[in-house]
Amino acid sequence: MDGGKCRVLVCAGAGCVSSGCKAVARALSEVVRKSDLDGKVEIVQTGCIGSCDLGPVVVVESDGTFYQHVTPEDVPDIVNDHIIGGNPVERLLHRSGDTGEFEVKLSDMSFFRGQTKIALRNCGVIDPLSIDEYIARNGYEALSKVLKDMTPGQVIDAIKASGLRGRGGAGFPTGLKWMFTADAPGEPKYVVCNADEGDPGAFMDRSLLEGDPHSIIEAMIIAGYAVGSHQGLVYVRAEYPLAVERLSHAIEQAAERGFLGNDILGSGFSFNLEVRVGAGAFVCGEETALLASIEGKRGMPRPKPPFPAASGLWGKPTLINNVETFANIAPIILNGPEWFKGMGTDRSPGTKVFALAGNINNTGLVEVPMGTPLRTIIYEIGGGIPGGKGFKAAQTGGPSGGCIPAQHLDVPMDFDSLTKLGAMMGSGGLIVMDEETCMVDIAKFFLQFTQDESCGKCVPCREGTKVMLDILDRITKGEGQEGDIELLESLGKTISQTALCGLGQSAPNPVLSTIRYFRDEYEAHVRDKRCPAGVCTALASYVIEVEKCRGCGLCVKVCPVDAIHPIELQAVAGDEGRTKRKRPPYAIDASKCIKCGACVAECRFGAITR
Amino acid sequence: MNACSTAPTLSTETDKQIDRVIEEYKDEPSPLLEILNEVQHIFGYLSDDMLIAISEKLSIPTSQVYGVATFYSLLSTRPKGKHIIRVCESAPCHVMGSESVLRAVKDELGIDLGETTPDGLFTLESTSCLGICSVGPAMMVNDRVFGNLTREKVRLILRRYAKDKEASVS
Repeated sequence: MDGGKCRVLVCAGAGCVSSGCKAVARALSEVVRKSDLDGKVEIVQTGCIGSCDLGPVVVVESDGTFYQHVTPEDVPDIVNDHIIGGNPVERLLHRSGDTGEFEVKLSDMSFFRGQTKIALRNCGVIDPLSIDEYIARNGYEALSKVLKDMTPGQVIDAIKASGLRGRGGAGFPTGLKWMFTADAPGEPKYVVCNADEGDPGAFMDRSLLEGDPHSIIEAMIIAGYAVGSHQGLVYVRAEYPLAVERLSHAIEQAAERGFLGNDILGSGFSFNLEVRVGAGAFVCGEETALLASIEGKRGMPRPKPPFPAASGLWGKPTLINNVETFANIAPIILNGPEWFKGMGTDRSPGTKVFALAGNINNTGLVEVPMGTPLRTIIYEIGGGIPGGKGFKAAQTGGPSGGCIPAQHLDVPMDFDSLTKLGAMMGSGGLIVMDEETCMVDIAKFFLQFTQDESCGKCVPCREGTKVMLDILDRITKGEGQEGDIELLESLGKTISQTALCGLGQSAPNPVLSTIRYFRDEYEAHVRDKRCPAGVCTALASYVIEVEKCRGCGLCVKVCPVDAIHPIELQAVAGDEGRTKRKRPPYAIDASKCIKCGACVAECRFGAITR
Repeated sequence: MNACSTAPTLSTETDKQIDRVIEEYKDEPSPLLEILNEVQHIFGYLSDDMLIAISEKLSIPTSQVYGVATFYSLLSTRPKGKHIIRVCESAPCHVMGSESVLRAVKDELGIDLGETTPDGLFTLESTSCLGICSVGPAMMVNDRVFGNLTREKVRLILRRYAKDKEASVS
């Protein structure tokens, strides 16, 4: 340990919190205090580092050593062997998924190597509760530059020139939105941050608010200056209590330092910021529904135009941008639009944060230049599919998006390429599915979600998705009929064309895209009454493989209908191991089995197949 | 509202508390959702009488107040258990086996979705994405989030909450 202060980062993102990082941080403080290292070692609880599946994660910043799955019991070794002794604790280091060799430093890990962090630049690096740490990393410099050296028009021109497109899903050019709001007549104007991140599988906005709240605040003040607004609101969903807490704390700090309030940095410009918490409604991520919800109404969308830029909150011109969009603003101002355009593709400049989840080795948040091939994200950064299984499809854009099958693994991940494949960027959720996933089940699952979340205002969405769901339900129960697939296609197209808002228009996407790429699976369900992936329980028959069964009886305990019984040993023909068996194997009585799958989940030997 | 304006049968204490919440938001242009969130936070749910009282105090039609209270999934017009279990039912958790987690909760507590245990200790609900998809399947008990769940882990967590009735599980 050299003379300087040694910073030890403990990831305190929601993923690590759920795996017990708070206890690790407490243990660190304790051991540091006992070892008389107070003042020499600083423990920093950061926002999400990104590699959530490895949590709790600890990084020793001086040499970049990355420790995974740390427990409070491991902490004395980290302090004594590493921080004092200088020798990394081997058992906690990460090993490469390919070669099995140690990847000691965070920067060595394939998960981080392929990433370019702009929006996530501070996540996992700074303490989100400390405004000084944000300032130390050029925080509020962009605001100062804007207020001192730029006119509102110049700010809008810079954002327009950068080519930044909205990261919430639709990819509308951000600079244009700013210009429309600035030009719209009416006072007062509002700046709203859409933090109602509802797409299942997308959690970059949560991580940004939890890990770097000041970057959002700074960008909203800049936006306020550019469009001529003095009041900002952040609408956060209620499912993110930690994000609300950290954002509110950051707003107080910013106000204390004079970044919010009247006469910011002596410029004469005033801006205030408030947090509004939702109450659980997916549709509120749609901008007009979100505004209705802020106005204290049911969160129901309305037809556009008028767009919020002309008539938004309380009928006034309103700029609405997504969290990740705002996170890109300060770097664009500081480094210039040309720098930003130097990354990504022509029509989709910059980077995009993807949330990797599902059947993939490295889950978590990754930020890559737009246009990075899906294969790179899944196999190089994501470490591939667990258990040596094959890749089947990736769902992008959540319930509004579609799937990308294996034959399109090399698709560049940008707005336009994804739309061409019938999928969409959405907010960047990337759910990876292996060969054991049933695509009909997945389509039904997503439709179930949108049908639940439909606000009920327009008929195509309210009734249409219901009928589609009924058909899918029939198909997965083995009651599909000839013509069902065609009916789904025709209904889906009609709903896409006629629904009122984005939720309804995109609701059929998961069904249409799975039919497009996996029609044979639908046909197997409808014609052969067979689920090729063995997922649809009504079409499955459960069997215990005698050779693998050890007779432990765990399955018997969980079977709710008492359908599992031991077999007489003599009856097991050709069972080589029978002389060695202590307990008889079991078998399932198909006439009693209700195909609930409880036994499969319980079996430790993989002896039960569908 | 003549015929249906039944004088709310709220206790004076409850009435006062609602007044305090409304007072807190009196400068907001349209604070209904925040008031409902806050009142539910205090009482655990929103009774018909409370909704009527809020509607009269804010001069907003009861139908509108009721409409908002029943639109959002986190607002409840029925009393709930002491601990609210919300199992994430979103796609990443589904792919990672949330059905088995849900079944484990049901088996352990003997209740179905939307129900409350007879002792009033637990209410079981499903929730939309909790945003910790990388450690799915996940669930939330009150304000605490649990990830990487297995049937066994679910049983342990629930038994801890059942034992420690004051909910200080850490």
